[in-house]
Amino acid sequence: MLRIPCPYCGPRDHAEFDYGGDATVVWPALDDTTEAWVEALYFRDDPKGPHRELWRHARGCRLWLIVERDTVTHEISAAHPAHPGMADEVTAQSQAETPSA
Amino acid sequence: MTDAATTPPVDLDLRRRDAAAALAAEPNRLVVRGIIDRAAPRRFQWEGRELKGYAGDTLASALIASGVRTVARGFKYHRPRGVMSAGVEEGGAIVAVGEGDRRIANINAATQELYEGLAAFGQNAWPSVSWDAARVNDRLGRFLGAGFYYKTFFSFTPNTPDGTGHWMLFERAIRAAAGMGKASREPDPDQYEAAHAHCDMLVVGSGPAGLEAARVAAEAGLDVILAEQDFELGGRLLAEAAEIDSAAPGDWRDQRLAALRAAGVRIMLRTTVFGLYDGGVAGMMERVAHSPEPHQVRERFWTVRADRIVLATGAIERGLAFGENDRPGVMTAGAAQAYVNRFGVAPGRRAVVATTHDGGLGAAADLAAAGLEVAILDARTGVAREIGDTPSGLGAAVSHLAGAAPLRTLGRARALGDVGDVMFGDGGVAALEIALDTDRGWRVADRIECDMVAVSGGWSPVVNLLSHRGVKPVWDTERLCFLPGETSEPIEVCGAAAGVWEAGACAASGRNAVARLLGRTEEEAPLRRASASPPREMYEVRAPGRKLKSFIDPQHDVTTEDVRQAACEGYVSVEHLKRYTTLGMATDQGKNGNILGLAVMAEALKREIPEVGTTTFRPPYTPVSLGVLAGRSRGKHFKPKRRTPLHAWSLAQGAVMTDAGLWRRSWYFPHAMEGLDDAYIREAAAVRASVGLCDVTSLGKISVQGPDAGEFLNRVYVNGMAKLPVGKARYGVMLRDDGLVFDDGAVWRLGETDYLVTTTTAGAGKVMSWLEELSQTRWPELRVALSSVTDRWAGVAVAGPQARNLLTALVEDVDFEDAAFPFMGVRAGRLKGGEIECWLARLSFSGELAYEIYVESDHAPALMDVLWEGAKALGGVLYGTEALGALRIEKGHVAGPELDGRTTLADLGLGAMGSTKKPYLGAALAQREVLADAGRQRLVGLTPLEEGAQFKAGSILCRVPLGESPSGHGVGWVSSVTYSPALGHWIGLGFIEGGIEKAATRKAEEAIIAADPVRGAETRVRVVSPHFIDPEGARMRPEADPAPGADLSTINVRPSRRSAFGTLWLDGLDNRAADDPNARRVVGRVELDDPEDPVSDAQDAAVWLVEERPRPLWRVEAWPGRRAAVEGLLRELSGGAAPAYGRTEIGEDEIELSRAGPLSWRVLGLGPEGGERLAMMDAEDGAALELSHAEVAVRIGGREAATLLNRFLPLDLRDASFPEGSTAITGFHHTPVTLDRLSGASIPPTYRLWVPRSYAWSLWGLLRESAAQWRG
Repeated sequence: MLRIPCPYCGPRDHAEFDYGGDATVVWPALDDTTEAWVEALYFRDDPKGPHRELWRHARGCRLWLIVERDTVTHEISAAHPAHPGMADEVTAQSQAETPSA
Repeated sequence: MTDAATTPPVDLDLRRRDAAAALAAEPNRLVVRGIIDRAAPRRFQWEGRELKGYAGDTLASALIASGVRTVARGFKYHRPRGVMSAGVEEGGAIVAVGEGDRRIANINAATQELYEGLAAFGQNAWPSVSWDAARVNDRLGRFLGAGFYYKTFFSFTPNTPDGTGHWMLFERAIRAAAGMGKASREPDPDQYEAAHAHCDMLVVGSGPAGLEAARVAAEAGLDVILAEQDFELGGRLLAEAAEIDSAAPGDWRDQRLAALRAAGVRIMLRTTVFGLYDGGVAGMMERVAHSPEPHQVRERFWTVRADRIVLATGAIERGLAFGENDRPGVMTAGAAQAYVNRFGVAPGRRAVVATTHDGGLGAAADLAAAGLEVAILDARTGVAREIGDTPSGLGAAVSHLAGAAPLRTLGRARALGDVGDVMFGDGGVAALEIALDTDRGWRVADRIECDMVAVSGGWSPVVNLLSHRGVKPVWDTERLCFLPGETSEPIEVCGAAAGVWEAGACAASGRNAVARLLGRTEEEAPLRRASASPPREMYEVRAPGRKLKSFIDPQHDVTTEDVRQAACEGYVSVEHLKRYTTLGMATDQGKNGNILGLAVMAEALKREIPEVGTTTFRPPYTPVSLGVLAGRSRGKHFKPKRRTPLHAWSLAQGAVMTDAGLWRRSWYFPHAMEGLDDAYIREAAAVRASVGLCDVTSLGKISVQGPDAGEFLNRVYVNGMAKLPVGKARYGVMLRDDGLVFDDGAVWRLGETDYLVTTTTAGAGKVMSWLEELSQTRWPELRVALSSVTDRWAGVAVAGPQARNLLTALVEDVDFEDAAFPFMGVRAGRLKGGEIECWLARLSFSGELAYEIYVESDHAPALMDVLWEGAKALGGVLYGTEALGALRIEKGHVAGPELDGRTTLADLGLGAMGSTKKPYLGAALAQREVLADAGRQRLVGLTPLEEGAQFKAGSILCRVPLGESPSGHGVGWVSSVTYSPALGHWIGLGFIEGGIEKAATRKAEEAIIAADPVRGAETRVRVVSPHFIDPEGARMRPEADPAPGADLSTINVRPSRRSAFGTLWLDGLDNRAADDPNARRVVGRVELDDPEDPVSDAQDAAVWLVEERPRPLWRVEAWPGRRAAVEGLLRELSGGAAPAYGRTEIGEDEIELSRAGPLSWRVLGLGPEGGERLAMMDAEDGAALELSHAEVAVRIGGREAATLLNRFLPLDLRDASFPEGSTAITGFHHTPVTLDRLSGASIPPTYRLWVPRSYAWSLWGLLRESAAQWRG
């Protein structure tokens, strides 16, 4: 059982999430070549150590998250929304909550 | 406890006590010792015999009290076995408990709490454990060593083709002989459930270390859970009489317990922490009731999330390997101590205590104090101890021998000088051969008569839970045990689990553990040294020339010789050793024999123990029942079941239901005496003749809103969606990344920035997830808001030549003329009377003139009432999924069986749909050669060659020369089959290599056969076009409609009967009438008089549930960067503040504004004007959607409300984490739900649970079942 720190909902059991695969894939444009799509879809690294993964908080806020997880220790060091605009909102929120020094 | 600790030994006169105890039928019960409740006798059965014990006994202690010595037979040799321990490591007393459907095999009698009416049975023996026919195996022992049956029986069948069959035969016989206990084959009658908890600190174990850790943590302000697997708190404090911190152990324990309770520690008895997982998660099993009432649960599966964990799990005493050390009467010294002190039973009269360290001496003292005759064998030489040195000032009943060890036990017959051993008599210990340490090793010295041997070979800390975290234990050469290794997690190990033996030092180490976890290392105190004399490292006693059967894992009958044989045969890795000998693979999972096995292996290999290795302990620590793992997810609650708002309506019309994914759908509507085939053929024919009505609510419906919604859909679908005009729908197909077809459906454009996407029933969830993934991870630049509206809208397909006549009479504000409302048109209207709004789309799945009509879910029965009244007058029918399937197969429409994730657009005959003008998802990989190959299996129609012949879906299509039988993998397969009422014969859809073009070039001497080898059918078929009827689509666009033939003008819409709480989702609950008040409320202890005001009515209820009166509910989303604008609008509309993350703010008129995400909100209770403002909000800011009918709100209160919720929801509901005004989204039985804690300072708190409407019936059922446990 992993505990994933959802940036909106707080720490939750991984049972609330669906795994979404490798977050480091750069998807080609829709009109890119078949070769580029084959590369993106079928060829994946399997890193030992820190990795970026997509998780969807499916039974929660439904945000897609980029989760930084160590594939050896399972330690999760960070999680933020995959949507950059949403990530900006979360950052702005946490800055608003942190009293300035 | 206090008895044993404070009263001087008074059990000294064995004869006097024997006489008294025999009267009570408990010959071995001591008069005053123990903390059993002598005022609470418990009757139980052992192998059919009525026996008696007391509350506070285990089954093992009660059996010992009653003089039952042999309680089991060994696994392999069928040797008699007795109680060998007083804990989870038990290797002997493994029994079956319970009768009939409650019979459970392989229960550890040493931990099984005694209860009234318990029925226990020996196992592994026939006819009984005291006289077992198979004990002859013991004589064959030399043939039955490690790996014997693989070696022996495989060799009977070398390289024969049917060797496996022979082996299976042997194996069956061997398993019957060597079998473990037999479980019941009946369904488990009991309920089990899950539960969730959170705490600041979890303390595992309640010995001196655990009690102190829990106390100081709670007194420091932490919220502490203390879990104890036993049914009594105290751990070894219960078993040992020695003082702790100058106090009697019982007094010390009671003081600590009082402090724990005062500090609010949550104490969980009978709760085993069976596993530790990432992030401070503990898996725990609570044994709630032995023989539960129907509304009670038997066991509970706790998932506890702890910020910090203290492991005070104690240690397990190990024995020594010596000859026939498995006889009844041999047990660990600490166990003997526990039986005497805790349970007040004497396991024997004349005890030999064999020890390698000081700890065994305390046990000897306690046995002597209870009146037993004790002889001590201390393996250490040079420990010239005077008897007077032993702790309690022992009398002449104790003798002490240094440098001595047990060599072999003898049974009664042998002891008398006869030939007998375990074959005769009760097999229990009658004497012991002693060995003395000499400079040439152990030598046989003497024989002592005794009836029990209490052995201590040292203690092994329970490092299992830390091992679950991947922390390897470390061998300690001084203390001769594995100690827990280092961890970076906030977990501390203390007490005996950390190798601290003395009780006072254990308590101090518990305090230190908390100090370390709180970072207050300055509060750590040094521990007192425990042992005055060092222990002797010793695991086995052997003497030259003596062949001994020395058990190290009695439960699996593994001996030291087996380990040496494994070493000899090359199984030198500990993992191989374990698998070859099955050492440590019994229900105790090596708690008993692991160290001895490693030590014997180390000796055989001439290595050190840590070099041989340790096995990695994995969860569960002790056995966990399958029932508790399943919890309530069994039977009808295995998966949630979804109901449409027409469920009850359809049942009332005689619908037979079927499962479609999670949905319950109407399958067919039989007339009297009709079966499925008759009914669907009649229904399908009637649709084509007049009109039919079908509930299509379960089709997935997704709202796609936003300025970029059109572009978004254009990228997702293979066909163009960018130019779809408002008021039109278009059929669309979407591909996966890999170019294969994902799902199909229709896209309706409702407004400029407002689309409705329909999916297949099965595809709804995955399409929604996929669209969200695309929008959030791949195309974040597109402003789209996605919401599932499947539960918001009820849908009915109205199909047939009379469809337009019917709807024209019943729907207002819509011009149904062909030109005004063409095929694929979308219109908004109102049902006659004007109260109920509806959406209509002219779509056809059946190939007829057809419409889909959607209303908000509450109004579904009202809609269906009038549609059905009209349809009946027109000679129409209700039709179910079977007729729906027949109609679409006739038309050649693809559905689930064809969209199986392996087909391309071209395979389905839809190649022309793929746009050449725009890129779309999946296009790139769809062009791969293998997918573009014209020889692929492609969609075709199939008809039988022979008139009246039938064939089945799932058949393989084979192309064979005429007259030959089909073989091989075939050239295709049959996906869907139906009888076609329109054509009067069976038809099917299928896939065949090269499609219809290749089939057309079939050679005359070839046949295509639908082969169904499993069900044994072969049917010659003809390959035809999949469009069986009306390929031009003329029926969908008739030039003129038939005359109605009935006057529909008198039909009037009656609004749906609304219950006190508005919605009708409880209709049909167990076929109850909708207005049965009990159908929609349940309370723990009181019945509600006034459901409108549950709070005042149910003040004292343990828990009450009531459906809330529905109020308008909106979901609002803002585009990134537009939060301020949307918040401004929401503040204005609600009259309240903007809520922070996870919070609800209450505005004017009780309007509730809740945060649902960084950029999303829910608004509850908005009036019509406010709703209008939201509906009209600027599409450049965000999007709003009404969801009033999509969700049901259940209000939950009572003092156990949070407890009930945490049976299902993994949320932290403690006040600090979830105060009033909090809101959170989580999962409930796989279903997304929202939980609000209502404001208004109600004590206990009141909650509101939002559940998707279609799941409400299922989830309500779960809540009710669980809430019932507070009844009575």
